[in-house]
Amino acid sequence: MDRLIDWISSTHANAVIRDTVWIIPLVQTVHILAISVVMGSVLLLNLRVIGIISAGETNDAFTRRYLPWVWSGLVVLLMSGAILIIGEPGRDLKNATFWTKMALIVCAIALTLALERPVLHDAGFWDRPGRRMAARVMAVLSIACWVGITLCGRWIAYTYET
Amino acid sequence: MNDLLTTLQNTPFATAIREGDTLFPWIESLHVLALAIVVGTISIVDMRLIGLASHRKSVRRLFRDVLPITWSAFAFAAATGFLLFSSRAVKYASLWEFQAKIVLLVLAGLNMAYFHLVTFRSVHSWDELAETPAAAKAAGAVSLCLWIAIVICGRLVGFAL
Repeated sequence: MDRLIDWISSTHANAVIRDTVWIIPLVQTVHILAISVVMGSVLLLNLRVIGIISAGETNDAFTRRYLPWVWSGLVVLLMSGAILIIGEPGRDLKNATFWTKMALIVCAIALTLALERPVLHDAGFWDRPGRRMAARVMAVLSIACWVGITLCGRWIAYTYET
Repeated sequence: MNDLLTTLQNTPFATAIREGDTLFPWIESLHVLALAIVVGTISIVDMRLIGLASHRKSVRRLFRDVLPITWSAFAFAAATGFLLFSSRAVKYASLWEFQAKIVLLVLAGLNMAYFHLVTFRSVHSWDELAETPAAAKAAGAVSLCLWIAIVICGRLVGFAL
């Protein structure tokens, strides 16, 4: 890992990001706006599965409306996140909070795929007997993952060794 | 004004946040979580008003689903924001980034109040329509821009300290 960090630190991209004062604040702001977009859609999708909101639409229409925002927001998050890593590799790659966040992202993606993909082919998939509870548990876990991802994101700034 | 801010930052809770190792990061993380929920849900409403997304769906229905989440998260963001502010009240209040953020928040509030008191009164005639009235489009666009600017200022406050 140290060799990877040293290599990233020696690249031209790293130098540009570090030496241009506005890049990191701008990219962090884009990162926060992107997590906001994801959070909005993730909350609506999962709160509907749990049964707290009921949007008066079929399950598949609801998923088609909000799921694309989750994926496109995630792409922006990964790209802006990559720029932040290239700019300050030591801050992330040697930071347990960062790796916790990465693990939570994998869990969140897996839960989103497991919950939403069946609905696209079969709107009543989770309404069959015995499946409702499983869906609700996954929805609660999915919200918990995204909350954890957001909290870890801010905590990264406080848990790295200089 | 400065006396009031000094009193605030000398209160036991403000001192604890300033001097503790983990209190500030915890409150700040929760503030980011709350603002992400506020901005994420408000942008869904704004884009419906502009006509970019969620059309073919009742505006009133969307408001009923989304706005309770937005308001709860906003209350939480305001409370955590106040605690963060209290820890260095004099310093924060002197930053243009912070002052700009507060002005923008007030403008967002006025924009929303005007929309709800005036534009929204005729919602029954455009509730189900993708094509919203110009005043509703304007309210959505102004809100979206203000909230993006608020997030920018908020992040800059962190760098200004």
